Amino acid sequence: MAAVTADQTTQGQARGTAQATAGGPDGPAGADVAQQAAFDAAVAADERIEPRDWMPDAYRASLVRQMAQHAHSEIIGMQPEANWISRAPSLRRKAILMAKVQDEAGHGLYLYSAAETLGTSREEMLDKLHAGRQRYSSIFNYPTLTWADVGAIGWLVDGAAITNQVPLCRCSYGPYARAMVRICKEESFHQRQGYELLLTLGRGTPGQRAMAQDAVNRWWWPSLMMFGPPDDASAHSAQSMTWKIKRHSNDELRQRFVDICVPQAEALGLTLPDPDLRWNEERGHHDFGAIDWTEFQEVLKGNGPCNEQRLTQRRRAHEEGAWVRDAAASYALKHPAPTRHAHAPAHITEAPHTEMHQAEMHTPPNAEATA
Amino acid sequence: MSSSTDWPLWEVFVRSRRGLSHTHAGSLHAPDAEMALRNARDLYTRRSEGVSIWVVPSTEITASSPDEKDSFFEPAGDKPYRHPTFYEIPEGVKHL
Repeated sequence: MAAVTADQTTQGQARGTAQATAGGPDGPAGADVAQQAAFDAAVAADERIEPRDWMPDAYRASLVRQMAQHAHSEIIGMQPEANWISRAPSLRRKAILMAKVQDEAGHGLYLYSAAETLGTSREEMLDKLHAGRQRYSSIFNYPTLTWADVGAIGWLVDGAAITNQVPLCRCSYGPYARAMVRICKEESFHQRQGYELLLTLGRGTPGQRAMAQDAVNRWWWPSLMMFGPPDDASAHSAQSMTWKIKRHSNDELRQRFVDICVPQAEALGLTLPDPDLRWNEERGHHDFGAIDWTEFQEVLKGNGPCNEQRLTQRRRAHEEGAWVRDAAASYALKHPAPTRHAHAPAHITEAPHTEMHQAEMHTPPNAEATA
Repeated sequence: MSSSTDWPLWEVFVRSRRGLSHTHAGSLHAPDAEMALRNARDLYTRRSEGVSIWVVPSTEITASSPDEKDSFFEPAGDKPYRHPTFYEIPEGVKHL
């Protein structure tokens, strides 16, 4: 990789220094132990690990795996909904859907940038996605059959994602946590537009109502699977919790999501497709039926309804966009930046015309997600 | 064929409104400064989060090293008299 993030700029040097001093009185093992102790202490104290800090190789690898998968999910997640942009029933819905799909692209880019601070490159991650060597969330291997699916995805899929992502805002790895703060702020619009869409259909004709119910029926169970396998079968959970990458177990988050959704479904006048779903007074939670983990495993293995289609489309988009990337690179070569240092201050002082007029200013980013 | 990863990395700083300083928002890849600005606008100010953007090539940033964190910042550690709370003022004395 030619470029590194600012956070990484001297990472190599930092490591070099560590190795150089490792030959001292403590020897290599002593230095490693000290570094591990410093890392453990930072995690225990709820401090954030930053890109240039020493971290165990397994921690780094685990983050790359999770963050790459997360970034890929955002990018692949554009497909099922983009499918409906040209067929949105009104200009209002179309504008909303375009904004949402654009957000998903943005979320992917935040996460790719954050993952790059760990020493992996954008190209490497995309190559692995295209080769099927890094995963994306299985949920996007289901098709969007009707317009109501756009609503069900917003309400249930984005709702499940938010339940998963809010605790990630306190993840021990700084760049990941910061990306999640930004993403969570934007996701709440995604969920609300989906909910409103279903509400509108639910108050519409019997046909529209049936369409909304059908979409909820199809998306409910896959949404519950988004939280991952049960705790006793989850490969990475325990270690991720120790490292404070994860803050809550899969089953805990799944239960939270079910409890949140039940009253929301009632308000929509729609039912959730689970005959075993009922309030358990003793537990203070809703009981719900068994999840078909065979289906989950099959989709994960590549046998879902749309696995092939999603990857093919992704590869094609990448290949067909190559000329744009090439053109931009050629243009940059032919128009080298003016000698920066000759008028460096100009870079720091923005010209008045680039400032937006005061009246056009919107409220500053709210503090909700950072609280 | 070149790819986007051949593009340099830029750090993006956004001024959220007049009167505040630019704050680091994140980073992105772009072939040149102009594209970096446009990409930064699309990526970091989709909801009017900014009134001004700086983009800086990541390679132009020199950072202090976390390894020398202690010795680098240590000189300020034993100078509590730089804070107003260091001084005892009799009760009842106002505007001080």
